[in-house]
Amino acid sequence: MMREMTGAEMVMQALIDQGVEHMFGYPGGAVLPIYDAMFHQNQVRHILVRHEQGAVHMAEGYARSSGKVGVVLVTSGPGATNAVTGLTDALLDSIPLVCITGQVPTHLIGSDAFQECDTVGITRPCTKHNYLVRDVNDLARVMHEAFYVAQNGRPGPVVVDIPKDVQFARGIYVGPENIEHKTYKPRLKGDPEKIKTAVEMLAKAKRPIFYTGGGVINSGPEASRLLREFARLTGYPVTSTLMGLGAYPAADKQWLGMLGMHGTYEANMAMHDCDVMVCVGARFDDRITGRLDAFSPGSKKIHIDIDPSSINKNVKVDLPIIGDVKHVLEDMLTVWRGMKVEPDRQAIAGWWGQIDKWRARKSLAFQPSSSIIKPQQAVKALYDQVKDKDVYITTEVGQHQMWAAQHFHFEEPNRWMTSGGLGTMGYGLPAAIGAQVAHPDSLVIDIAGEASIQMCLQELSTALQFNLPVKVFVLNNEYMGMVRQWQDLLHGGRYSHSYSESLPDFVKLAEAYGAVGIRCSKPGDLDGAIHEMINVNRPVLFDCLVDKMENCLPMIPSGKPHNEMILPDHPEGLDEAISEEGKMLV
Amino acid sequence: MPPVNEPVERHTLSLLVDNEPGVLARIVGLFSGRGYNIDSLTVSEVSHDSKLSRITVVTTGAPPIIEQIKSQLDRLVPVHRVVDLTVVGKAVERELALIKVRGKGEIRQEALLIADSFRARTVDTTLESFVFEITGKPEKIDQFVSLLEPLGLVEVSRTGVAAIGRGPEGM
Repeated sequence: MMREMTGAEMVMQALIDQGVEHMFGYPGGAVLPIYDAMFHQNQVRHILVRHEQGAVHMAEGYARSSGKVGVVLVTSGPGATNAVTGLTDALLDSIPLVCITGQVPTHLIGSDAFQECDTVGITRPCTKHNYLVRDVNDLARVMHEAFYVAQNGRPGPVVVDIPKDVQFARGIYVGPENIEHKTYKPRLKGDPEKIKTAVEMLAKAKRPIFYTGGGVINSGPEASRLLREFARLTGYPVTSTLMGLGAYPAADKQWLGMLGMHGTYEANMAMHDCDVMVCVGARFDDRITGRLDAFSPGSKKIHIDIDPSSINKNVKVDLPIIGDVKHVLEDMLTVWRGMKVEPDRQAIAGWWGQIDKWRARKSLAFQPSSSIIKPQQAVKALYDQVKDKDVYITTEVGQHQMWAAQHFHFEEPNRWMTSGGLGTMGYGLPAAIGAQVAHPDSLVIDIAGEASIQMCLQELSTALQFNLPVKVFVLNNEYMGMVRQWQDLLHGGRYSHSYSESLPDFVKLAEAYGAVGIRCSKPGDLDGAIHEMINVNRPVLFDCLVDKMENCLPMIPSGKPHNEMILPDHPEGLDEAISEEGKMLV
Repeated sequence: MPPVNEPVERHTLSLLVDNEPGVLARIVGLFSGRGYNIDSLTVSEVSHDSKLSRITVVTTGAPPIIEQIKSQLDRLVPVHRVVDLTVVGKAVERELALIKVRGKGEIRQEALLIADSFRARTVDTTLESFVFEITGKPEKIDQFVSLLEPLGLVEVSRTGVAAIGRGPEGM
């Protein structure tokens, strides 16, 4: 399709041709022509946000819950700079986004014009790729390329910066057909020889483990299905990073729970003691590995990743396989079946015997109370009431995020949205709104903390405007709880500026926005209050007053290996748990 | 990576990139953002029609860091190819330098003699100064410069390393 139109019309036409149904944005001087072109169509629905950071997180929640590309439209200068946190978040968690930014007209670029900033300069290190379009005849191609780059290979955010005069200029629009990037062609299929070697290593393993991550989710639902099939075929245990939760069903007996700093004892001990580790779409992040020189010392490591730069970045692996998780798992399964491999049943049974002993430590145990709501109890009560529903969960960042990861259990991929890499407070509410836009009839809950929720709270207004009945479940302990916990660990319990002073009355605040406010402070009232929350078809801000001093355990203190966790039955001496070197780490 | 104890190596990388605005900033930003070293960097268009540029980067780091640098460069969207000339085989590496010395009498004579023995050309002369042009391996230029140091060296302008693999194959 080739047709003459304005640059602004090209942007809308490209979005339509890319199958975009929803976009998140905020107008301003440098994007007015695009907003005008939007006015003349009704195929792409625009969600008006209250802050550009919210727009990007919404697009992330939308993308993560639907598998589609999230689209953002913001103006120049502050519009673009406000989007930077969201873009960085999407880069670290590999979320496919296309973010269109307005720019001052080309003849004013470099003159410090009103609302001018060097958007491509600022976003270069926090995007997968970015473009400044100076000629309207490049615009259509760049738009289509942006979608290609965002979703192919390791997904990520792409910025398209469009000066206002280019939006007004007329040029020839080309459709997405035959737009193929000249050079960016990521490898999808793994090396067959390496796949064969991997299968041989796995077949001989006596203490194997699947260590899975967000790459399984990004690879699509088929990758999760293949992981389940492979795990069932082998009988090997499976653990996952924070980003990978849901790829493997939590109800399955081979599931060890999440691993890492706040992962389960059995997952971390199995990682430490395994003899063959298959890392599937994860990246040996510092939250996962603990002390690097003591990380899983006796294992052979197989690493499946679509991004070659993830290989040997933090941990030296024995067998890297570059490729898309779905393709590699598919080929591994074929080879496994073709070679008629049988795992060492006796060794595996012994391995499970050991794992069951670790499991018996019940590392996620907590002491429920009849007088005060324990935060873990709140998450568990929520889970018990919504687990059989069509539910999507997002979180903010902090203790509540870890408690959600530990005590809410996921059976399917794309149901769990959290800021893993960047750890962005304020992510959860906008991400929930984005997920609700993608799934209007589902139950979407942001498990939040009273500090994080205040970072993007203004988006409650967006939820009201677009009738998006998201539920915000605030575990209110009146502290930036994770900061307080680390002050206990590192700084002698001196709670410097971690108390949430001058909190708003969240119930009145909800009502001021036109949402529903619910408060609950007694364990006995919790089930009823949660029932009320999930049965109202409007946005709800739920103020759940929980134990102020509860710590998030188990925990691998920074600078310690996997087998030196602090368990809930031995929480004493939190202040002595970290060595001097460990204190330097984050 | 955990503290790398392996010795630091010097590698010369040749990159073929799209000749588009910002591509150099992307590469330089990657090095500074991730804490890698750039010892030398040269950039030039390969041909106007192909819209490609060739970048030669000389970098130092332990072997795992060098591997990481190559993977990180390779995943930049406008980067077509990354070739480690140091691994491929001993590459031809050349650098050009312009060197200004100032002095009179015997010192002047000495400078000219040294320039001659290094096959440097005199490209500017006044009664009290010379500008020499020299081409060669970086070590040769280092040596030339150090010999001129006591003879009134004023300033040096070096191009950085251009490199190409030996034999009939292109990159």
